[in-house]
Amino acid sequence: MRKRLQNITANVPAAAALVLILLIWFGVSASGAVPGYMLPSPVDVGKVLVSDRSVIMMHAGVTLQEAFYGLCIGVVLAFLTATLMNAFLVINRALYPIMIITQTIPTIAIAPLLVLWMGFGMAPKIALVVITTFFPITVGLLDGYKSVDQDSRDLMRAMGASRMQIFTHLKFPAALPYFFAGLKISASYAVVGAVISEWLGGFEGLGVYMTRVKKAYAFDKMFAVIFLIVVISLLLMAVVNLLGKLCMPWERVAFREKRPQ
Amino acid sequence: MALLRAEQISKAYNGRTIIKNINIELNQGELVSLLGVSGSGKTTLFHVLSGLIAPEEGRVILREEDITRKPGKISYMLQKDLLLPHKKIIDNVSLPLVIGGMKRKEARKIAAPFFEEFGLAGTEYQYPVQLSGGMRQRAALLRTYLSSDYQSGGGVALLDEPFSALDTITKSAIHSWYLDVMSRIDLSTLFITHDIDEAILLSDRIYILNGKPGEIRDEIIIEERKPREKDFHLSDRFLDYKRRIIAKL
Repeated sequence: MRKRLQNITANVPAAAALVLILLIWFGVSASGAVPGYMLPSPVDVGKVLVSDRSVIMMHAGVTLQEAFYGLCIGVVLAFLTATLMNAFLVINRALYPIMIITQTIPTIAIAPLLVLWMGFGMAPKIALVVITTFFPITVGLLDGYKSVDQDSRDLMRAMGASRMQIFTHLKFPAALPYFFAGLKISASYAVVGAVISEWLGGFEGLGVYMTRVKKAYAFDKMFAVIFLIVVISLLLMAVVNLLGKLCMPWERVAFREKRPQ
Repeated sequence: MALLRAEQISKAYNGRTIIKNINIELNQGELVSLLGVSGSGKTTLFHVLSGLIAPEEGRVILREEDITRKPGKISYMLQKDLLLPHKKIIDNVSLPLVIGGMKRKEARKIAAPFFEEFGLAGTEYQYPVQLSGGMRQRAALLRTYLSSDYQSGGGVALLDEPFSALDTITKSAIHSWYLDVMSRIDLSTLFITHDIDEAILLSDRIYILNGKPGEIRDEIIIEERKPREKDFHLSDRFLDYKRRIIAKL
């Protein structure tokens, strides 16, 4: 009961700040200082979310699929790359500079090229999501593998552990908190990456819907989609958080133990 | 015949000799300390004995078998407890059995009865973060014991300053506990320490490792029988041993 009360108390400032922003937004749009077509009120945005829900949800479904597939492929690729880079120094030396270079290329610049190479279907969108989600997870896993100290490795070796056993019993579990930190960032990038690639070419998805409503100057619908993207990203991050808690029960125990009573 | 023998061990790093011509022996059931100042090569010697590194010269013999550069033959407890934070205590202590190829369920079954003996009852399904420093050391000792060849009664363990991180009161309590548990289990132990009192209190024999490169300078036999009197550390005999050791360091 006390713990629940503490959790609620901890969330009060964030909730209050959010309500304050909504109130300011509502006040500005109601005062008429900014024309309604440029800054629709939160109430108008809410109305659009209700009236256009079937169209918006259809597009959201497509975006979510692209984000999900891209994220899954990104996770698998990142795991394989980071693990190989950690196991073989030569692979690390070969791939690390390329990985850094890929991150200096603006997403907005690569998306049209992907459309050109892969067409207007789902493939270029998934590819862009893979590119954007791959890096944070790879870097997270690499840092996690490196976080294992030499003494722990020596102890395992003294027990006669093989390289694979050192990986499964020591390195991989040690890298899990880093992996989930990277995954959380990637989950939010996944939706944004999918929307950007849809924006630059496609037939379905929230990005396509956004370009249409932008051309029609229907900014209330634009705001509704932005709101929905935020909600989807937050939900995905919450799912990652939940997964992290399920996969790393010891982290919860450690947090509880370290917290002052 | 000695259970474990180090013969003429020398080891150098980057051309600098760390230890030179080390000859030591450990007999069945003995607790032998390796006492020396920091930098005298105690941990390097243990790395050689455990097979983690190869010596430039010399060999390590366990039960008349050459185990030089063969890890996994002698159990080794490093300075820190090194319990894996993601594993429950029962899985931490039974890890050597799992590494040896046993199924987790079976390894847990073997480890469980030792919890009472090692004063760890009730901690089986806790994580290391939930244990105090002293309890963590006990868990690490149990892991070391299970990683030794304990079933044949011929287990050998290397303990590298296992109690150095503990506060004085906890250390004193764990010393008594350690002597008590050692009297019941058959584990021949080679023990690194730079604490003279600890060495006299726990050991049957003490090797003094000193100099650069580190060499065995002396061997002191502690004649006092085990279990030792409670106030042994306050006796004149204790002070005599201490004087002799200080003179050699």
